[in-house]
Amino acid sequence: MLKKLLIANRGEIAVRIIRAAKDLGIATVAVHSVADAEALHVQLADEAVDIGPPAPKKSYLNAEALLKAAKDTGCDSVHPGYGFLAENASFSDAVAAAGLVFVGPSGDAIRLMGDKVAARSAAAAAGVPVVPGSAGRVDSIEEAREILLETGFPVMIKAAAGGGGRGIRIANTLAEFEQAFPQARAEALAAFGDGGLYMEKVIGKARHIEVQVLGDGNDAIHCYERECSLQRRRQKVWEEAPSKALSERQREDLCASAVSLARAVGYSGAGTVEYLYDDAAERFYFIEMNTRIQVEHPVTEAITGIDLVAEMLRIAGGEPLRIKQRDVAIKGHAIEVRLNAEDPARDFAPFPGQISDLRIPGGPGVRFDSMLYPGYQVPPFYDSLLAKLIVHGETREAAIARLVRALTELQVGGLKTTKPLFLALAADPTVQEGDVHTRWLEGWLSENAAKLAG
Amino acid sequence: MAQILSPLPGTFYRSSAPDQPPFKADGDAVAVGDVIGLIEVMKSFHEVKSEVAGSNVRFVADNEEPVMAGAPLAEVD
Repeated sequence: MLKKLLIANRGEIAVRIIRAAKDLGIATVAVHSVADAEALHVQLADEAVDIGPPAPKKSYLNAEALLKAAKDTGCDSVHPGYGFLAENASFSDAVAAAGLVFVGPSGDAIRLMGDKVAARSAAAAAGVPVVPGSAGRVDSIEEAREILLETGFPVMIKAAAGGGGRGIRIANTLAEFEQAFPQARAEALAAFGDGGLYMEKVIGKARHIEVQVLGDGNDAIHCYERECSLQRRRQKVWEEAPSKALSERQREDLCASAVSLARAVGYSGAGTVEYLYDDAAERFYFIEMNTRIQVEHPVTEAITGIDLVAEMLRIAGGEPLRIKQRDVAIKGHAIEVRLNAEDPARDFAPFPGQISDLRIPGGPGVRFDSMLYPGYQVPPFYDSLLAKLIVHGETREAAIARLVRALTELQVGGLKTTKPLFLALAADPTVQEGDVHTRWLEGWLSENAAKLAG
Repeated sequence: MAQILSPLPGTFYRSSAPDQPPFKADGDAVAVGDVIGLIEVMKSFHEVKSEVAGSNVRFVADNEEPVMAGAPLAEVD
């Protein structure tokens, strides 16, 4: 078992990890930027180290400062949380090279899954369905024409070295493709110094469904799926488990495919295999694997009763997987909403400020993961996530009713939050039916802006 | 002399990307509506446009430094 853990993160996830570590009797060391000296994670950890100025680059992304803090405080391990350095292969390597345990997969596993082409090949080799497209890089228009026979239109052209939505073009016809391909190549070369492209069929209306996996390097299990189709600008805002779109058969197939991939790469720690699910064709396609704990992990914890962060710490401490696949079962339905410091009535403008007053919801089936306290000054330097409200009920209908009840109890004074968005969504018949896809929310937002004042 | 103030709290950037030249260099002329920098607030970027005109701008806030809302970013003659 680990003895002393450095939490290389901030905000609600740092608080979450400190809680799991304390439950297991592991000593905790928080790190913080100058702007976070008063943050809740600093108050809750056994020790805290100032690692630099507010800018993430100079503090939470400063690997050297983090490793020094871990050494100086006598830590034997580092948990990266999500974001920041969580999926930075060199950081995982550097932690290991310093003689510490990285709570997550090896640098090589992060590198493999971080390379889109390599990850896709690994998935295909493990028998996971991938979106029809190029098996690897496409370097010539002749090659590209061959692949079009498989993908059809519309087709997406992506820069192999791109990321975060950059360097993506969509062609609807052959004529558009013939024009876009050389442009995309020139653009990729200019932007990334690498003209390699790859191609993928565009799946029109798809749900985002992802499978939680846990591995110990030898064996892997799944903890069923989460559906995160409600997204704004590719950011998830509402996540739930299980997905109402899947039949039992599809659920078992989907989850089994995630386990095959995790096993094939000898995965260690908590990870998530993400898929697009095409309702009309009843088919799922691998998108990517995230090699970290995810923001929305609590919905899985709610329906399975597994403490995923505690399991990560046990695995990192050298224990084999304690949970057998047959012991993982779905109980009820859970929904998480992300409470952000944003004003939904003003196109989600960021809204940093001071928490004047706080009423946290509670009662049966309600969990509130957050770093808020009355008087807390929300800094402008980091992302806008303030809290995650997770509700659990016997059915999806009961979970939605509980969500409305809990949101009504919740009061955050002093700044604007996305609470009005979730009250409006919970009251929407399409959301109640669960008849959504990844681009549904943006359309709904453009038509329902008036409902978001509050 | 007039001042250009930060409309938001956050991190001030003088160029659109680390490898790009600054929007304005010290000594440049500015017109009303010219972009003089960006403020990053909670990972979203907002352009700072000058509300004043002048023949000589001098920056008083440094690149990539935290600023408060209302803090002076530059002076304009």
